[in-house]
Order: sequence, then C-alpha cells, then structure tokens
Amino acid sequence: MRNEMTIEFLSISENESLARVAVASFISQINPTMEELTDIKTVVSEAVTNAIIHGYEDNPDQKVRLSCAINGEEIEITIQDEGRGIDNVDMAREPLYTSKPEWERSGMGFTIMENFMDHVEITSEPGEGTTVHMKKQLTSTRALCN
Amino acid sequence: MSLHADFIVKENVLLVRLEGELDHHEASRLREAWQQELANNNVGHVIVNLEKLTFMDSSGLGVMLGRYKEVQASGSEMVICSISPEVRRLFDLSGMFKIVKLVDNETFALEMLGVAS
Repeated sequence: MRNEMTIEFLSISENESLARVAVASFISQINPTMEELTDIKTVVSEAVTNAIIHGYEDNPDQKVRLSCAINGEEIEITIQDEGRGIDNVDMAREPLYTSKPEWERSGMGFTIMENFMDHVEITSEPGEGTTVHMKKQLTSTRALCN
Repeated sequence: MSLHADFIVKENVLLVRLEGELDHHEASRLREAWQQELANNNVGHVIVNLEKLTFMDSSGLGVMLGRYKEVQASGSEMVICSISPEVRRLFDLSGMFKIVKLVDNETFALEMLGVAS
C-alpha cells in the first residue's frame, strides 16, 4: 500500500509527543512490531527535538514540518525546519557531540537515528534550515526478500 | 502521555520512580525537581526505578548523565533498576552502563546500597 501524511506545528516542546503519537498511529496501519514502533517514535522525537532546540533555539513561533510516507513496508520520514542550520553536519553526527553541553544534551540524537533507521540523510544550510530524511524497511518485508 | 516522578527517601538513599514518557519537554522539569530533592534531603546515593517508564529519548539520557555526574562528584553511587528492553537499548547505545550500575529490581538496588528492607 501507499500512503502519505504531512503535519506542521509550532516549535514548542509540547509538540514532541504529538509528533511521536501522530507518526505511530499513521504507521500502525502496516502493523509494525512493538520494537519497530518504539524505534520510529524515538527517531521522530530526536529529530523534532533537534529542530526545536538547535534549529530554532527555543523560539516558539516557528514551524516544524513532519512528513511520513508508507511505500509497501518501507517507512519514510522527513522532518524539516527553517532555523539556523548546522555549520558542520559531519561533526553533529559524531556520537556524544553536542553544541549545547550546558543544557545537559547527551549528543546521542543522530547516533540514535542512524542506529534505529536503515538510512539517514541530513541536509542543512546555515541560516536556511535543516531537513532530516530517514527510511526504514519493516522486518516482515526483509524476511520475504531473503 | 506525560511524565510522573515520585521521590522517596530511604535512609541515605533517594529513590526516584519514573512513570510515563521522558523526552525533552519533560526533561527540564524532571531535572529541577530531582536537583531540589537532592538539595532538600540529606541523601547521598540515588536509585532510579524505570519500571513504569514507557518511552525515553536522548534528552532522558542527558538528565540521567547529569545526575550521575552530580552524585558521583559527592562521592556517592547511582543505581538504575527495573529497565524495560526498549529503554535499555538506548542506554546500551550510549554506553551508560559502563559507568552506571544496573540491577534487576528495587530490592536488589536497596540491598546493594546497604539499606535494610
């Protein structure tokens, strides 16, 4: 099956759980396992949190855009902000790297996304914003391919 | 679902029971409450019971690591117990259990820190 959704919400931390729940209920139509569901909720939480605290630096009046697509048993998620952007994407992807240690950030966000998803692509332009594009194939399809 | 935190003092141990979802939104509130409890009570060690924590992301790891550093700096120990497999994956990824002790349940954790049951 093929399906798509897009939502846009203000850059406030209350919307982190909204984003997780929206994606979880959208993908429930292709019956992911509990582990897959947790993985997806976690990566959505990471990317939306990044948009709010790093992209928009806690400015509550900005917009975060979240798209999710289902292609057969592949899930595709895009999280986009028009915030300050990332100066050095390679550095940001390093485990434990954080630009905000004083905020008790663990620096594990991108590492978690890379571990829980099959594919993570980050495009960012300083001053223009950041787009995180992620893909994951659900296990039942993998089993069929083997 | 939001986060609920219970703080219980047993002898010189602060027991923190977390229930619900711990994300960036809940992390700052939890940190403040937790630091307040550590300051108000004459406790050293900390036990974190994650039995009813249904979701956590890297913001939660940040809070745990922050408290671990404070507890360790005062010469005390922090022990985590009753973790679910989902939350555990995140801790394993971060290598947290190389520095923070993990035990099966609260009773073991209390025994380990010398609190009589």
